[in-house]
Amino acid sequence: MSILVFIEITEGTIKKSSLEAISYGAQLGDVTAIAFGEISVEELAKAGLSGASKVLHVSDEKYHLGNVQAYSSAISEAMESIGADTLVLSKSSLGDPISARVAIKQGASLASNVIELPDTSDGFTVKTSIYTGKAFAITKLTEDKKVISIKKNAIGIKEDGNAATVESFTPSSTDTDFKAKITSQNKTTGEILLPEADLVVSGGRGLKGPENWGMIEELATTLGAATGCSKPVSDMDWRPHHEHVGQTGIKVAPSLYIAVGISGAIQHLAGVNSSKYIVVVNKDPEAPFFKAADYGIVGDAFEVIPKLTEAIKAIS
Amino acid sequence: MKILVCITHVPDTTSRIAFTEDDTQFDKTGVQFIIGPYDDYALARAVELKEQLGGTITALNVGEAETEPTIRKALAIGADDAIRVNAIPTDSFFVANEIATIAKEGQYDLILMGRESIDFNSGVVHSMVGEILGIPSISPVMTLDIEDATAKMTREIEGGKESIQAELPLVLGCQEPIAEWKIPNMRGIMTARTKPLEVKEPSANTTKTEFKNYELPPEKGAVKMIDADNVSELVDLLKNEAKVI
Repeated sequence: MSILVFIEITEGTIKKSSLEAISYGAQLGDVTAIAFGEISVEELAKAGLSGASKVLHVSDEKYHLGNVQAYSSAISEAMESIGADTLVLSKSSLGDPISARVAIKQGASLASNVIELPDTSDGFTVKTSIYTGKAFAITKLTEDKKVISIKKNAIGIKEDGNAATVESFTPSSTDTDFKAKITSQNKTTGEILLPEADLVVSGGRGLKGPENWGMIEELATTLGAATGCSKPVSDMDWRPHHEHVGQTGIKVAPSLYIAVGISGAIQHLAGVNSSKYIVVVNKDPEAPFFKAADYGIVGDAFEVIPKLTEAIKAIS
Repeated sequence: MKILVCITHVPDTTSRIAFTEDDTQFDKTGVQFIIGPYDDYALARAVELKEQLGGTITALNVGEAETEPTIRKALAIGADDAIRVNAIPTDSFFVANEIATIAKEGQYDLILMGRESIDFNSGVVHSMVGEILGIPSISPVMTLDIEDATAKMTREIEGGKESIQAELPLVLGCQEPIAEWKIPNMRGIMTARTKPLEVKEPSANTTKTEFKNYELPPEKGAVKMIDADNVSELVDLLKNEAKVI
């Protein structure tokens, strides 16, 4: 198979989730990656470590902000120009619309939320996460062309390849591609992105107010974790919406999810059930979250969390 | 303004997920079906826009007759009429194609739906519809305001948000906090019974995937409780048993 992998850039480096997509693609065939925006050639060449032989870089300034239609047209054009039959990308707020548009442009079968390598014993069959992590679907992709959108933190990253060659790529854009105008962008910088974090510390209403988030942040910083929250917390504006973990918020799949003062409503659990390990700290021994946890502590978060932070500092 | 709101008919978020017929059918026993929570946000914002700007709201569902109570609920909340495309929603492409066909026929200014369905979670139908129609699609949209023929939106991106501006027509995938969910009142429920609900046969029979079967994840083991005075034991377990720190 000839594969194009769309890679996303964050603060001048390739996103971890995009390295997962390259690693996935490299196990299926020859991988060319495509990247947009501000990033150095040296950083792009690192795509090779995960298995890309070549990286196409679209550096034109008008592609810097992540315009979905323009990216989709450019990616489809790149697939034609290298003769790729498959697009692989990581499922994200940018990956979702791009996967859909490219699938239509290419007449491709699309699979979203793929969690493991395909079964190719009879055609091309993939396993996807459905019902917000509560089940899986096994689906055969029937077209010759395919678009595969993989779930974050589901695929291990390969790091044993050689540096990739980097070529610049100039798509033939049209005005239609830029009909939707991004007028401003407001992103936190220097923080670990919640959707792709390997460790997450989340706080709930049990923390009583936004002024008490210091200890959550300190624990997260000590661990190198991202911070999250429950829906009521984001609804009350204690924390921004992009930290809301749950059924109608961000779905996370970290190695470790630490929930502090969150009771564990089923809608919250839907956002965390792909975590490998869950720790629950709650003063209510009847909190339903304990049933979904691997480790639990019944206790006052205001006492337990600072002690936990100290204990982690002591071993690191 | 003509608004098309596409709704999914999905199991309530608290449903137990189980399968029958050798794991090929969803087990509907005891399951309550609802308007998809994200679609519900889209519908709520459509009702607000109609109050503000005038116009009509058409609710659309691709599904078999069993989805009609869910469609009636959308009519009770504020849609003026509804269309049901009489087909099992086999895959994203199939559904997107049917929505695009209805959208072309009806010449809608705004096509709203949820950012994703809560059963298959693909989050791609809005963008497929946009691509088929050759118009912008934006998702997930957190705020939406319309002035003349221009929409101003906020879209959630990883670690933040961005402001987007585009001319109508548009396809949008919605999420909170675009509007508060609306609960149908008694008058809405009464009038919903007589609002038009047109049933159309699908325009094409095109799918690009073939569903095989479902699987359930392995059962979670029992929780290990640790004394609040002994957090170092937790650190030890995380380091040496789970090996995650």
